[in-house]
Amino acid sequence: MDATADTADTVSARGSAPAPAAAAARAQQALAARVRRFAAQDRLFLVVTFSFAAVVLAGLMGILVALVIEAWPALREFGLAFFYGTTWSPTDDVYGAVISVYGTLVTSAIALLIGVPISFGIAVFLTEMCPNWLRRPLGTAIELLAGIPSIIYGFWGLFVLAPLLQDYVQPLLIGTGLPLFAGPPLGIGIFTAGVVLALMVIPFIASVMRDVFETVPPVLKESAYGLGCTTWEVVRHVVLPYTRVGVIGGVMLGLGRALGETMAVTFVIGNANRLASSLLAPGNSIASTLANEFAEADPVLHIPALFALGLLLFVITFVVLTIAKWLTQRSIARTGV
Amino acid sequence: MPFTLYRRRKFVNAIGLALSGVSMALGLAALLWILWTLFWNGLSAFSIDFFVRSTPAPGTENGGLANAIVGSLMMVGAATFVSTPIGILAGIYLAEFGARSKFAAATRFVTDIMLSAPSIVIGLFVYAIAVATVKQFSGWAGSLALSLIAIPVVVRTTENMLALVPGSLREAAFALGAPRWKVSLAVTLRAVRGGVLTGVLLAVARIIGETAPLLFTALNNQFFNADMNKPMANLPVVIYNFAMSPYENWQQLAWGGAALIALIVLGINVLARVLFRDKVRA
Repeated sequence: MDATADTADTVSARGSAPAPAAAAARAQQALAARVRRFAAQDRLFLVVTFSFAAVVLAGLMGILVALVIEAWPALREFGLAFFYGTTWSPTDDVYGAVISVYGTLVTSAIALLIGVPISFGIAVFLTEMCPNWLRRPLGTAIELLAGIPSIIYGFWGLFVLAPLLQDYVQPLLIGTGLPLFAGPPLGIGIFTAGVVLALMVIPFIASVMRDVFETVPPVLKESAYGLGCTTWEVVRHVVLPYTRVGVIGGVMLGLGRALGETMAVTFVIGNANRLASSLLAPGNSIASTLANEFAEADPVLHIPALFALGLLLFVITFVVLTIAKWLTQRSIARTGV
Repeated sequence: MPFTLYRRRKFVNAIGLALSGVSMALGLAALLWILWTLFWNGLSAFSIDFFVRSTPAPGTENGGLANAIVGSLMMVGAATFVSTPIGILAGIYLAEFGARSKFAAATRFVTDIMLSAPSIVIGLFVYAIAVATVKQFSGWAGSLALSLIAIPVVVRTTENMLALVPGSLREAAFALGAPRWKVSLAVTLRAVRGGVLTGVLLAVARIIGETAPLLFTALNNQFFNADMNKPMANLPVVIYNFAMSPYENWQQLAWGGAALIALIVLGINVLARVLFRDKVRA
């Protein structure tokens, strides 16, 4: 549209031979008008895109504010006792966060204990051992694992994994006689939730590890090979030290995922509001408590207490993810130098 | 002596590499195992009824997931419709205008955190602003929760894609006298439209299986409902409720629903990869 107008301008400017000075002035004016119009359009464009970015920022910051406001009645009622209270009883209207926080932290710890070594192995395989033509399909398979919705992990965990653990793995653990593995093999419980979470975080951690392993300059690895190092020694003494920060960032990213995961945990954790010393016992995590109780909660104190739990979860994951982001960025920035 | 040291090193190497191979095999086995049980149990639930009838009442036979499928499609559709323009425009701001501003850095940081933040917290937030205020669970509330999850995905992919556009392309357009908005929309965004589309597809794949944020926003609905002002049935929540139920036919429907979601998510993921690969080649 602008283009046709422009040509018309130029043609008329050239055509009007009798008064070249006036025509030149007109053309000058048209050009100035167009520049002004473009500048105005650009200002508008900047304002529009800026306000959408502002909406994104404000909306996400609003989450924190809304959670604090909604949680306030419970925090005022229980004060700090909310954070160290070990009773969570909707029937007595007494709420303490310890049971859920314990469940969240322990399931995530189990997930990392199982998941990190396996992710490391996958990343080493993909970067150091895998033939080139297999890299892409195998990497894609791991990424697909990350794309499967969490409810499917939970469903699968409840109907397939839990019975298997109950029949084969849990009796072995009980056989060790450790107090951590006391009690009957129920199938569901904190341990099973940790195993399902491990499966869920592996693709995330493995992808980050693979990406940071690929940032190692080949010349470093080749020098080590040149000195006669084995592949494992190259990984252990060259790749890992070089990418340490990024690897920890990837683990923190996985931790952030595991802490907030809801559905996969809710299916298999057993949903019991009591503290047990055994990992095989049923428990509850922050997210599973929310998922189970929120829709039927009493609005006076129960819902605020659940909001307070949500706030706690948000703050914990926020800190973990911030550290993760800072570490991975630092690692990538360093490789840029 | 050196001989045994050498042997030891070879041995450690073999163990380490073998364990890596085993890890890779475990990862692949998990993927195949999950998909296999899912399709083995789920595909047999597919029938005409599955797609045209609504969820059955407790203890009755013959039902389907029509209400849940329609509810999910409507909520995901609305969420995609809202979050795509917001995400793309915010992404353009970050990539084209936000190189050195503190505001852009803050936005970038918050979207990165939100990419991995617990989705159930988003559900709590939407409950606070869109359910508690009007005292009504609704499809719109569910859709709002889903858009809040989709937006960061679209923002980040758009920005990352735009960052790949060579500066010379922008400069060439500026040299021809094009205004900035035209350069952004008609040159840079156009150059990476495959990548941006991939981001939107991945966002859809992400939200279609999200359960936690819908539990107390859209809730669920036993009946067919296309009114987004009312509680709405949706696939993930129906799968959750039915899987936990004691009824055999409900569990069967839950397997079917899970297989359906998995098919959609995997299909979108594969499609997104194909699209993106073509873009890179071209």
